[in-house]
This record gives sequence, C-alpha cells and structure tokens, in this order.
Amino acid sequence: MAFAVFTPAETHEAPKKSSKLALLLLLPGVLYLGLFFLTPLVSLVLTSLQVPRPDGDVGQYDYAFNWQNYTALFDPDDGYFPHILRSFGYALLATVLALLISYPIAYFIGVKARKWPMLQSLLLVLVIAPFFISFLLRTLAWKQLLSDESFVITGLKAVSLLAPDAHFTGTPFAVVFGITYNFIPFMTLPLYTNLERLDIRMLEAGADLYASPFHVFRKITVPLTMPGIVAGTLLTFIPAAGDYVNASRDFLGGPDTQMIGNVIEANFLVLENYPAAAALSILLMVVILVLVGAYVKRSGTEDLL
Amino acid sequence: MPIDFAERGADLELVGIHKRFPGFTAIENLDLKIEAGSFFALLGPSGCGKTTTLRLVAGLEAPTRGRILIGGTDVTDTKAHERPVNTVFQSYALFPHMSVLENVAFGLRRRKVADVLGLARAALKLVELDHLAQRRPAQLSGGQQQRVALARAIVNRPALLLLDEPLGALDLKLRRQMQLELKKIQLDVGLTFLHVTHDQEEAMTMADTVAVMNKGAIEQMGAPRALYELPRTVFVANFLGQSNLFTGEVVATSDTAISIDAGGSKLTVPTARAERHRGRVTIGVRPEKLTVHRTAPAPDADRNALGPGRVSDVSFAGVSTQYTVELAGLGSVLVFEQNLDPAMGVSPGTEVWVSWEVAHTFGLADEASEPRFVDDTRTSEIAARRRETLKAELEG
Amino acid sequence: MSGGQAATPDGVAPSPGMLPPGAAVRSIRHRRIGLGGWLLPTYTVIAFVFLLVPIVYTFVFSFNDSLKSNISWRGFTFEKWTNVCVVENGAVCTAFTNSLLIGGVSTIAATVLGTMIALALARYKFGARSAISLLIFLPMATPEVVLGAGLASQFLAVGVPKDMLTIILAHTMFCLSFVVVTVKARVASLDPTLEEAGRDLYAPPWQVFWRITFPLLLPGILAAALLSFSLSFDDFIITNFNSGSVNTFPKYIYVAASRGIPAEANVIASAVFIFAIVIVLTAQFSKQSRERRLAKRAG
Repeated sequence: MAFAVFTPAETHEAPKKSSKLALLLLLPGVLYLGLFFLTPLVSLVLTSLQVPRPDGDVGQYDYAFNWQNYTALFDPDDGYFPHILRSFGYALLATVLALLISYPIAYFIGVKARKWPMLQSLLLVLVIAPFFISFLLRTLAWKQLLSDESFVITGLKAVSLLAPDAHFTGTPFAVVFGITYNFIPFMTLPLYTNLERLDIRMLEAGADLYASPFHVFRKITVPLTMPGIVAGTLLTFIPAAGDYVNASRDFLGGPDTQMIGNVIEANFLVLENYPAAAALSILLMVVILVLVGAYVKRSGTEDLL
Repeated sequence: MPIDFAERGADLELVGIHKRFPGFTAIENLDLKIEAGSFFALLGPSGCGKTTTLRLVAGLEAPTRGRILIGGTDVTDTKAHERPVNTVFQSYALFPHMSVLENVAFGLRRRKVADVLGLARAALKLVELDHLAQRRPAQLSGGQQQRVALARAIVNRPALLLLDEPLGALDLKLRRQMQLELKKIQLDVGLTFLHVTHDQEEAMTMADTVAVMNKGAIEQMGAPRALYELPRTVFVANFLGQSNLFTGEVVATSDTAISIDAGGSKLTVPTARAERHRGRVTIGVRPEKLTVHRTAPAPDADRNALGPGRVSDVSFAGVSTQYTVELAGLGSVLVFEQNLDPAMGVSPGTEVWVSWEVAHTFGLADEASEPRFVDDTRTSEIAARRRETLKAELEG
Repeated sequence: MSGGQAATPDGVAPSPGMLPPGAAVRSIRHRRIGLGGWLLPTYTVIAFVFLLVPIVYTFVFSFNDSLKSNISWRGFTFEKWTNVCVVENGAVCTAFTNSLLIGGVSTIAATVLGTMIALALARYKFGARSAISLLIFLPMATPEVVLGAGLASQFLAVGVPKDMLTIILAHTMFCLSFVVVTVKARVASLDPTLEEAGRDLYAPPWQVFWRITFPLLLPGILAAALLSFSLSFDDFIITNFNSGSVNTFPKYIYVAASRGIPAEANVIASAVFIFAIVIVLTAQFSKQSRERRLAKRAG
C-alpha cells in the first residue's frame, strides 16, 4: 500500500557491528545513487558555468567558469527574478492552503472515524485514490471544469454568483488551485498517520483541566501532530516549488504564471540553453535546502530526517 | 505422554567468564557448574547479568574472556546454531508467519531429523496443545504461546534448556500453574534446565539449586531452603524474602555462639550460622520467626529479645498479620504472625516486645552491600547510556 | 458552537489559584462538544467530493463520443473502450505499454537495491551511516525538475542517447529512496529475537534470512514495490528530461494537451484506476476481516 511509507510501527533498535556483509549490501545501491544522483548534480554545477562555444551551433557549450550565468538570472530585463518569486510564492500559498484543507480531513479519518474501522479504511483509500489516475489528466480535468465554456462557470455566471467577465484558467488563482489540489493527498497522509496514533485521553485531560476546545486543539493536538505537519508541508512544498505542469500554458497556467520549472524546461528542452537551465536548477535546489533546513530546525523535528 | 528422549541432559560449566559491553561490565569473573539433569535457577534483579549469562550459554553473545563447556565439550567458539542448546525466550519469539506445528518443527527440520511432524506433534501433545497445531501464534493466548515456545525448544532434546523469564508475561494464577507444569515436564524428560528469573518465589518453587546474582557475580548458591534459612550476604537476605538486620560489635564469644551489642541490646547468633566472628557483625532474622509480646518476656538464653517498642503499623494479609515495630536505637522491625488468635488485637501505638530463637538467627559476611564496581549497572542507567551511544553513533 | 465559552457571570477574572464558580460544569460541557459535531463530517464529505471530481470527470469523458479532442460532451459511447488502440495508430497504447515496461523494470531494480540498503541501515552500525542516510534522504528533498535536468545534463556530457534505458535509469534512482524508507521501517519493526530464535533452533545465517527475516519483511517489500511502480508509472517531469523520442503515458498526455487529448487516454487512465482501486480495497478489507477473525478466535 502506498501509505505504508508513513506508518512506522513499534521499532526495535538492534544495530550490530559493521561487517563485510553490510558493505556488500550497501555498495550496489550507494554506487547507483552516486552515479545517478550525485554526479548528475556535479554535472549540473559544471554545466551551469559553461560558455557558448565560439562559432558553435545552438546548444554547444564549453566548460568554463562563467559565473555570469548566475548573475544573469537576476538581470532586471530578461532575468528570471519574477519566476523565482512566483515559484516560492505559489508553493508557499498552496502548502498553507493544502494544510488548512487537509488537517480537518485527516482529523476526521484519524480520530473521529476510529470507531468505524471499515469507514476509516474506505476514506483512506479515497484519499490515495487520486494517486491511481494520471495527475496530468486530473489537472486537465480541472482545466476543462474551470474553462470559460464549462457548465460550472457558465452556470455560476447565469445565477450571478460570478461576474460575467470572470476568468479562471491562465490566472495565478488557477495555478495555485491546481497545485493545492494535486498535493492534498501528500499532506493528508502524514497528518493522518500522526493523528491516528494521537491518544484521545490527552485531549480529554486537557478538557478536564479547563481548556476550551480551541485551546485543546492549539496547545495539545497541534504540538502532538507537529511531525505530521512538518512531513506533510515538506512533501508538498518541495515538489510544488519545482512543479511546472500546473503553471504550463497547456494546463492551468498562462503567460504570466510561469514558474522556475517552466523556465528550466524551456531552456533545457526547447532553447537548448543548458547553462541557464542548470544555473536555475542549482539555485532552486540551494534555496529549497536552505528553507527546508531552517524550517526543520525551527520546528524542532530534526529526528524526522 | 512424554516423548521418548534418547539423550539425557548434559552438565554446563562456565569458567572465568567476563563480559564487557561498551561502557559497562555485565559479568565479572563468573564460575559456575550445573549438574546434568538438574533444574538450576539464576535469580537476581534486572541488570544483574543473569540474562547476559543465558545469552552467552546460548551463543547469542560471545564472552570477552572465559570458557563455556557443555557436557565437557568446549563450545566457546561455536555459533548459536551449532550448540546443543535451546532457549525459551521471554517474549516467546514464536515465528508469526508459521503455524504452531511448523514453529515446533523448525529446529527438527534444520537438523534433518526423520519424522519431523510426528515428533513435533508428540511435543505439542506433551504441552497439551496438539489440538491447536494448525493455528498461527497470534491466535493463541499468552499461556498457550508460552507452551508452544516450550514445546519448540524441548522437541529438539537439547542437552541444556535455557529459560529466559518465560513466565514473566503471564498473570499470577497462570504463572503458578505453569511453574508446576514446567517442573513436571523437566522431571519427565530429564533435561538440564537453566532458568533465569527475578521472581524469588518462582526460583524457590521450581529449582533444585538457586544462584543469587548481583552486579555481574554470584552472591550465593545452594538449595532454596538452605539459601532462605541461612543467607550469607545482606543482598541475599533482602532479595530472597525479607529480613530484619542488626549491626553491632561482638561483645561475647562462647564455644557455640557469639553475641553482639545492637543499640544496647545483646543479640546472640550460633557460631556455625555466622560468617564473621569478631569486630562489627551484621546479624539477621526472618520476620516470620519473630513473636510479639504485650509484656516483657522472661529472660531466656535460647531466645533473643528486643523491647519495649511501639507498633507503628498493622496490616492484615489473610494468612498472616504484619506488624511494624519501632524500637528505640534500632529502627523498625518487621514481624509476620500467623492468624491463630483472632482476638490478639495489637493496634498501632501499643507497647510491645519481640523475641525469637537464637537458632533462627544468621550472621552475614558483609555489612552493607558494597558496590562491586561503579554503581551504574542498573537497567535504566544502562538503557540511558546505550541510547546515548547509539545517538552519538547515528549523528557522528 | 460557542456553548463551551460560558464566561464567568460578571466578567470578574478569578484570582489565580482559585477556581471560578462553575468550573466543573464547564469542563464537562467542553468534553461533550469537542471538535466535530456535524460540521466536521459535512466538511469531510465536501472535501472528498472536491478530491474525486476530476476522477469522475475523467471516467465520464472516457465514454464521450468525441472526435479529435475530448472537451465538449457529444454523446455516450462504449466505442473508445472497445477500440482503445485504433486511434493515432495506437500511439496511446504504445505509450501505455512503455510505461508498464519502464515501471516494471525500474521497480524491480529499485526494490532489490533499496531493500539491501534498508537491511544494512537497520541492522548494522558503521561510520558512514549518517552520510548514507543523508544520501537516501536528499533525492526525496530535491525537486524533480532538478533531478531530471541533472541526469539529462550528465547524459548529454557523456554522450548517452536518451531512450528507454535512460528513463529506466532515472526512475530507478528516484524510486530507490522511497523503497529504502519503506523497507527500513519494516526492518525496524521486526523483533530481533525472532532471528535469535532461528539461530537458537539450528538455522545457519542464510536460512535465518530466507526462512524468517525475508518472509516477515515481504509485506514491506511488496508495499515498497507497489509505491515504486505507481511513482514510476505516473512520473512526468523526470521522464520529460530523459526520454528523447520515447513516449510514456504521462508524456503522451502532456504533449497531446495542446492539441486535445483523445478519449482513449481517459479509457486507459480509468482502467488503470479501477484495477488499482480493486487491488487496494481487496487488500485493505481482507486484512481487516482477517484481523477481526483473529480477534474473535483469540477472544
């Protein structure tokens, strides 16, 4: 089951002394990650410093130490500062929205539905159901449902719940909507596994000690489910910041909603401007690692890593 | 129907065993010999090294120093699966993915014995669980699981059967019942049993020989009754049952007895029952040997008497009544009295005297249990330290 | 839902250390109200409708009698389900079988490599342990677009042409970490005394592994493989950077999105969805009824 990842059971620590066997077990996988995860990052760094080959065709570059590839990203005229800002802004907004939407769902499944295990299982399956259908098709479905001609929009306009000139697809609203939608399961699952193990007696003890429902929630439930909140927000924020499907023009985005991912894709696969794409990728990764590191440290959940 | 065992149990000998773990010593210079066919109990508090001893014998740990001999053969460098030893684990460790029958057959299959299933069924019959052979361990109660674990071990006719607190997880009533059954099975099959427990009553009921372990070494060893009636150290006197202890200088010595001055009272102990005969000596007596008097008892050379004191607590425990008597200069004394006279009616505050026969007194070898090595071998501290080192390893 | 907020009658703050009158009554009322009532279930129902709308939409439009693009409803037909592989010379089906093949191969590779690492991490201690844990964690904390661009730049630098193999190499890489995390949790929850019992019962090390450790880890390994396959099957971003001219099912949809997706894509997605849901539901409910049976027998 997909959600097994998030349910570590009771654990037994029994590390033995190191041995040749351990080395043998580790070696193939570690070599693999070295070859297809670490060296690509090195390759990316090297590419990000390349210069165009003199008299070369489009897409031909030489290794150099062209630091300007990075400063060019922030060029006020044709730099990518707005895209960078947009990426992290959309991702942050979507993460907060997904958390607000998911927490009550996870609370209901994990705490309220405990009395009915069948219902609990069914709801859990429904939460992961979107995983089983291509996320591109799901996003396209929203595009069609939110398009100007769709029955949803025309219907809302007909009953004057929407201004006649209201328009969704291609707007930042639609992109954030799409990202939020796509990552709700990633947010709900870790929250659920945390809430499922929450000892209700603690909430009762809180109530017994004169805490109002709001205070019980803020002072007891939220701190106890912090690991789930951190895991969920990371699982949402990291991929959201690098996403380029939702913001793509063929999906929910428009010319003014392009994120870093779109720029990297365009530079790498269309314009063959590899150094720019690589520099942006490195920038994206560094910013995310710094943000994630600070966040995890602040929330005091280093153990999660 | 007991299984027809071809072999008999073998004797076990531990010679100069040391076991150090990073950060602490679990066993210090342990020598032990267990006779073939006996039921031997290692008794001690948690962290005393008794489970480590068992794991060394099983081959699950290797000693830092020393030799292990089973039936005269040195097995120190032999791996666990090559030793003629089987263990009944505290958690039972039944394989959850196999049926009860397959669990019992596991060891036989590894040794490629003929008629595996027949022997396994016979072993299950011995523990009266043959009707549950096809169930999974999770479908059995705690007591049934315990019996399966026992059958899984004895079906292999090990030279030595190791029991690691196998009754610890059972409730009191089931525990008492299993103790008797275990003892019966041991007599039936004639194996050597090495039983580790922290329950002194369990050790005394079941074992032929009890060794009391403390801080990685054996304090005293002997038949249960001998240990109880004549403890040699403060630790044994207090761990095996309860004791009233008094310490004082020896003031008189005769051919057969010595007397000490304990807080102004003269207490006598037979020389044969005392470990030390001069200087400061700690003597003791079991609470049930004491008698409570409402008036001062007449002086009697065969009895030690203390008093007057004041009863500070009375608690009725059905078969007996327990009195705590405060004696000036000596602290409190515990008395267990059989409920023969319901009208006795000693209540808190009453002035009383206590007395007991000199012949029931014992003299100890030590005064207070001096720590043999650093006083950090308690389980909680070991666990805390282990956690720290693990954490350091994970982070470093 | 403000019933629990009954303030002290005259608004006088109770002095510290003294209970306000009616404190006991308040605590009882709080307990009964809690977070929920009818609000939470209603919200949950609405949230699930929101979650499932696009799935229903995709399923419904697999029956649309569409021409080239599948945007407006033109009438009901089974034809797309019965003739999936006809449209565009079967391009949808080729992309689909490619995805199955890639998912299968990279799942096997990632599961084998990842299980080995998980065993080593959970069972042995060695100096580089935390470095290796970090190496496992980093790919999961790296945006897919970076993983994809990095691999593509390396393939470009070394001169490896992008094809099926490069996709499989890429997918194995990002599935590996998820396998390690899943299986490691399972190894950690395995009681080490079970293996000791095996050793005690005359099983040499390799028999202890195959007869005790492996069967007990199998559910975790299967879960990891399932996760791995679904990650690979639905991956678009990393694939897009490393696929060259090879089409996978998600890539087919991405490319076709600009000119209109044929209803056949909906047919395949819906079929996969139904297949997966049936498997998961069966697994979930058989597990539950088994547990209930066990509970009944034991009790």
